[in-house]
Amino acid sequence: MDLKTLCGIHAPSGDEKRLRRAILEEARKLCGEENVRIDRMGNVLCHKKGTEVGRPHVCVSAHMDEVGFIILSATDDGLLQFRPIGSIDPRVVVSKRVLVGEDLLPGVIGALAIHLQTREDRERVLGYDNLYIDIGAKDKDEALGKCPPGTYAYFDTPYTPFGDGFVCAKALDDRVGCYNLLQLMQSGYPGDVTFCFVTQEEVGLRGSIGAAFTVRPDVCINLEGTAANDLGDVERRDEVCCAGQGVAVSFMDRSSVYQRKLFKKLLALADAGDIPHQVKRGVTGSNDAANYQRAAGGALACTLSVPCRYIHSGASVCCLDDIDAQYRLTRAFLLNA
Amino acid sequence: MLRDTLKTLLSAYGPSGNEHAVAEAVKGLIAAHVDSMRVDALGNLIVEKFGTDEHGKRIMFSAHMDHIGYVVTNIEENGFLRVNNVGGISLNLSTARHVIFENGVEGVLYCEPAKGEEKAMRHLFIDIGAESKEDAEQVVQLGDMAVYAPDYIELGDHRVASPAMDDRCCCALLCELLMYLDEPRNTVVGVFSSQEEVGVRGAKVAAYSVNPDIGVGLDVTAWGDTPEVKLPAVELGKGAAVKFIDRSMIASPAVRDALLKAAEDAGVPAQREVLPFGGQDGSAIQHTRAGVPAGCLSIPCRYVHSPVETIDMRDMEGALKILLKFVENA
Repeated sequence: MDLKTLCGIHAPSGDEKRLRRAILEEARKLCGEENVRIDRMGNVLCHKKGTEVGRPHVCVSAHMDEVGFIILSATDDGLLQFRPIGSIDPRVVVSKRVLVGEDLLPGVIGALAIHLQTREDRERVLGYDNLYIDIGAKDKDEALGKCPPGTYAYFDTPYTPFGDGFVCAKALDDRVGCYNLLQLMQSGYPGDVTFCFVTQEEVGLRGSIGAAFTVRPDVCINLEGTAANDLGDVERRDEVCCAGQGVAVSFMDRSSVYQRKLFKKLLALADAGDIPHQVKRGVTGSNDAANYQRAAGGALACTLSVPCRYIHSGASVCCLDDIDAQYRLTRAFLLNA
Repeated sequence: MLRDTLKTLLSAYGPSGNEHAVAEAVKGLIAAHVDSMRVDALGNLIVEKFGTDEHGKRIMFSAHMDHIGYVVTNIEENGFLRVNNVGGISLNLSTARHVIFENGVEGVLYCEPAKGEEKAMRHLFIDIGAESKEDAEQVVQLGDMAVYAPDYIELGDHRVASPAMDDRCCCALLCELLMYLDEPRNTVVGVFSSQEEVGVRGAKVAAYSVNPDIGVGLDVTAWGDTPEVKLPAVELGKGAAVKFIDRSMIASPAVRDALLKAAEDAGVPAQREVLPFGGQDGSAIQHTRAGVPAGCLSIPCRYVHSPVETIDMRDMEGALKILLKFVENA
């Protein structure tokens, strides 16, 4: 399945069913129906038996969910009140086109026109209490009739290749990881590998808790999209990582200190395989590796990320070569684990 | 003896996630006194001293090997290292410090002048004497961690100050406990845990795999006996502290009371510790699997998370007697 298709499927946390369906179909073809299962959190776990005994059991994981919105209620004049699912800066949502509910009703996140704003209005950041989705409904009844509380809304952003090998799309975090999992599943490996497509990462690493206890791997390689801060006059010490400079290997972030020997091994494999890579130069962000590292009796873990600019917005940007580098480094690890 | 053990452990390098040098030092001290030793995926050193009674209980004690430090996040063109905190580092205490890396490379930590901005970790840097990025990269890589350089300062007859006192003093206590236990009826599992300072992470997996019947965290606690510091009501030299509550756990009453009784039986003083903040390994034991009765015995410590964490050896000696009695009574 190509990245464009994966990014085009709407799957905010807790509403991953469309993506799960698509992945399931592909996974069954690649791993065999009997080796693919869905657990109670909606995670898709796909097992591939290794060709050799005595190798560690490796889990490669990516999260299916993306950030999005959920409808709370509507105002008397028919504007939908909503909240973000996952962390989304309210400054990036104003004037964005969204799609609401199963029927993908077109909507727009509205704000007061600049003509009507006072100087104070212009300096104030609107919070979610003051933002609305306009679906063209005439009143509250019509709005809630079409979009009752609990309805999800999605960023409506087309997948757009641009520049020299870059792409602009929604949900790159973490469809890049899902894409690479599907690519990696196309071949076999010396050791047992479980490929995990997990739910609800963006609301607090929730899906992977159960997956980690079920899989109990010896090693986890977590595939992510991470924040690149490499534009404008940002000082080098604040960049974290740079789009176009290879897969980012993490030594630590807010949720894990990765085991040194695995981190070093991944860097050595990247060097040996001439795979473009960079060490992530920051400790921001949390991800599912935490749960795999610390479920049951514990496992080795590391996170390999594709640097994404403007992450957690309706339009993020990444470099296709970095996605390929994430694939190559993970594959090199699976062949040498 | 306790003092020598403590001194040995205080000198080992061991920020969160990089505790193996501490584990090696512990192994060297206790190998002859335990029945099994293993290191798990998180770097926890788990040792067992088998009980003589096959129906005896399985008691887990956990003391963490790691201490707070700084991780290198950027190496600048001019050879300075930018860092982020590992664990609860105070910005105010992060200027003009002598630090050291695992490979022995020494550095001094300083803070750039404030330019109207609020001071933050991004303003700190380590000077290792390098004159260029290439120069620095010969000896330090991204992700390497520095800690306050080891120190051992004797204050008066009973007190000792050191950067790694939290929680090497309890590692020393646990080593001594394992050395002194003579054919215990109950099985004692000693966990020298990893990554406590970043969120009780090592003890979480250790507690799961050890699967004990009773758990006791061993850690330092804050102090209330220096100028303008009144809480918690814990003082140095007045005995080890039996924890009632902290942010991570409410001690299981049975374990808490058994620790208080052990102190009474051993004839040593104990304090009652009610801490309105903080957390420790006992919580990981209490909350593992379907739940395990757990408590915590604390060593009162002044200036926690600074390079001069100070304890009183009399509290350590008392704590050892309490733990020996606790194992016997269980």
